[in-house]
Amino acid sequence: MKFNLASFGAGLLFGFGLLVSGMANPEKVLGFLDIAGQWDPSLALVMGGAILVGLFAFTVAKKRTISFLGFDMRLPASGRLDKRLVVGSLVFGAGWGLAGFCPGPGLVALGAGKSGALVFVAAMVAGMGLFEVIEKHRATK
Amino acid sequence: MIEIAWENFTPWSALAGGIIIGLSAAGFILLNGRIAGISGILGGLLVPQKRDVLWRIAFLAGMLAAPLLWMMTAELPAIEIKASYPVLMVAGLLVGIGTRYGSGCTSGHGVCGLSRLSPRSLVATLTFMVAGFVTVFIIRHLMTGA
Repeated sequence: MKFNLASFGAGLLFGFGLLVSGMANPEKVLGFLDIAGQWDPSLALVMGGAILVGLFAFTVAKKRTISFLGFDMRLPASGRLDKRLVVGSLVFGAGWGLAGFCPGPGLVALGAGKSGALVFVAAMVAGMGLFEVIEKHRATK
Repeated sequence: MIEIAWENFTPWSALAGGIIIGLSAAGFILLNGRIAGISGILGGLLVPQKRDVLWRIAFLAGMLAAPLLWMMTAELPAIEIKASYPVLMVAGLLVGIGTRYGSGCTSGHGVCGLSRLSPRSLVATLTFMVAGFVTVFIIRHLMTGA
């Protein structure tokens, strides 16, 4: 129960952060990605602000095996730098640049009732489903 | 040289919003011991595991509720979607499949991964940033002939 409540709170706060920062707006994100045009560096400050807080939090988290609510600490094991990581990120970045949406802002814009965000999120879920299908197919082969 | 669009640059709200996002990620890892990675949280719902579904829905519901609660007290900031539906569809497909293969997006790799100084996340973040820069360059400066 408290785990789900904290999850809801974190999602809510994340959504507010995206709205305050302007990053729920694809045009603002594209303004950052357009380095050859009139460049809007705002996104860099959003990342900087988030990482500033995150650095402290993860320093604490790394020293613990149990969270402050008593759940096991699940930090990703330091994985390898493989082709999947790079190719996947390339594909994601291309999609990001195409419309200015990454997953979080897509969801917030959907919550705001934007029809374009519904199209984006539906296609994104389909893409994630496609990934699962391909992975399953490869595993059984 | 890079030309900065000073009239569009919003350093204070960007920094404030970033700190709020950081607090969300911080709260999530410290309270629940999980990474606030949106693509992973959403993608995990497609292969539901026992006792691993509700918290994902709760997190996503929080994100969807944020603009609704905001609208109750204040006017929502601008959300301008200029891409056409077909483009949004292709973009969504690429983002969906790419983030799952790359094991993360701007939140999981960009915010959380860089915060925990993960080399893997640094590589991922640099890769999707460059891919984003190149894509926008092609669309805005090569395809239009401008």
